Amino acid sequence: MNRLNYLLRRLLQAIPVLIAIVVLNFLLLQLADGDAVDVMAGEAGSATPEYLAQLRESFGLDQPWYTQLGHYMVNMAQLDLGYSFRQDAPVLDLILTRLVPTLLLMVSTLVLSATFGCLLGLFAAVGLNTWRDNLISIFALVSYATPLFWIALMFIVVFSIHLHWLPTSGMETIGAFYEGWDRVVDIAWHMILPVTTLSLFYLAAYTRLMRASMLEQRGMDYVMTAQAKGLPERVVTFRHILRNALLPVITLAGVQTGSMLGGSVLVESVFGWPGLGMLAYDALFSRDLNLLLGIFFTCACLVVIMNLCVDLLYTFLDPRIDLQ
Amino acid sequence: MKNFWQQYSRNKSAVFGLTILLALILLALLANVLFPADPFKLLGKPMEPPSTEFLLGTDSLGRSVASGIAHGARTSLLIGLVATSVAVLLGTVIGGLAGFHGGKVDNLLMRLTELFQTIPSFIFAVLLVAILSPSLKSVVIAIAVVSWPTVARLVRAEFLSLRKREFVQAAITMGMPSWKIILQQILPNALSPIIVSASLMIATAILLESGLSFLGLGDPNIMSWGFLIGSGRSILRTAWWVCTFPGIAILLTVMAINLVGEGLNDVLNPRLREKDE
Repeated sequence: MNRLNYLLRRLLQAIPVLIAIVVLNFLLLQLADGDAVDVMAGEAGSATPEYLAQLRESFGLDQPWYTQLGHYMVNMAQLDLGYSFRQDAPVLDLILTRLVPTLLLMVSTLVLSATFGCLLGLFAAVGLNTWRDNLISIFALVSYATPLFWIALMFIVVFSIHLHWLPTSGMETIGAFYEGWDRVVDIAWHMILPVTTLSLFYLAAYTRLMRASMLEQRGMDYVMTAQAKGLPERVVTFRHILRNALLPVITLAGVQTGSMLGGSVLVESVFGWPGLGMLAYDALFSRDLNLLLGIFFTCACLVVIMNLCVDLLYTFLDPRIDLQ
Repeated sequence: MKNFWQQYSRNKSAVFGLTILLALILLALLANVLFPADPFKLLGKPMEPPSTEFLLGTDSLGRSVASGIAHGARTSLLIGLVATSVAVLLGTVIGGLAGFHGGKVDNLLMRLTELFQTIPSFIFAVLLVAILSPSLKSVVIAIAVVSWPTVARLVRAEFLSLRKREFVQAAITMGMPSWKIILQQILPNALSPIIVSASLMIATAILLESGLSFLGLGDPNIMSWGFLIGSGRSILRTAWWVCTFPGIAILLTVMAINLVGEGLNDVLNPRLREKDE
């Protein structure tokens, strides 16, 4: 019950953030060339004049800015993100169809990079200043410094073009129409390169954090107590230090959602993965600013939701958290 | 100063990073001497593999990749430096005001900072450049706008703790005006963590810039590494060198700056080092 209250309170706290993001979207719309309706309809006059007039009226562009902002916020609250004339579909529908592939990519990346990052960080911390630690640190340094889109292209050169092991792009084999398990296997096959690319970059952050976190926890009093009790070093490390050291990793997972969505724009556009990132890339090229704004809004909402999940997860994992 | 070098050079990897960084700065400075022609000029046949004439080959239109990398070094380092400076300035002002005044000002400014940290930064940067139309200025603005919150939080924390120290309390009692206390008493003492975090931010800014120009959001008149990689994408199958070498340049630069930043951290924040070992 306490937990439910806590969650509700956190939900209420998220509302001002969402409102601020909507206001920011509105401001960005004002920054663009032409009025909001020009932006919404895209350039090149692909919208009919009647629709433009209707839009101008519905936005109340002759009204003062605060009325306009009000209109905009009412529209957004009804999840009316406008219409994309380039793609000939409502922005919300476009985003919803692309959401699942992106979430698939992100969740796989999160699991892969957090798991391996924690393992590497653990190994590095256990063998502090040995060759293992140094090797892992160098690996983390290099993978952190590598541009995502470049490593994606290099993977294509090596694994797709030269070795012919993996497909270069897309989410499924075109024209194969697999069903059931065959389809799952096919999608997994297409996922290997994009997920590996994204994971490599985030792996570095988890590795570094996990190493630092393990080292910090090792200096705590409770560790000395455990050692004084005569517990074997293995038990102290895995039972006591590891559990506490994992907490900051969960925070990082929440913090990284936004950055990962950004990374997916680059990775999806290289691998032709039909997600939000690819949609953003297409929107960029057709100068469909309204669609881009819609994607931005969706991504910001995803980050807020992810942070809520992390907060909730914390209440289960860390009993020290005060639910009041 | 001598002491500084002595401490810095104890960290071997930091010296290694500094060497690479100096070489890159030299390359950037000498770009016009080594490759006097405009990097956009078509010098050879398209897609020539690396040879003695074109050290790193040519791209799909016959532009020299080596020349592009040398001129791109200028762009990357310059944008990294300028965007970081703007972000540090902005972050220091906001974080400093929040930390010094506390109370309502602090609350408001930190809410703003949190908001900017919630927003997915790369997509926000893409959106900003797309709206402001791609140019050197808008790329710098976009990178600065998404990078300042880290500095703001850091500066706020420093200011909050320094404000309680005796020498600052003494200055307040003496009736020193706030701006003087901030600039003369607090800021100099908060400088070393700011320098360390700024040096690491340059690396992030360079990565961001390369991502933006890869998506075609760089200044169309200025050669950059991300643009080179983007232009080589469609000919990946036949001419791997167009994408490969600029990427290695980015990797080396970002790595070198990170190493230098860590080296600076060891020298300037000795407390943290002891905790780490």
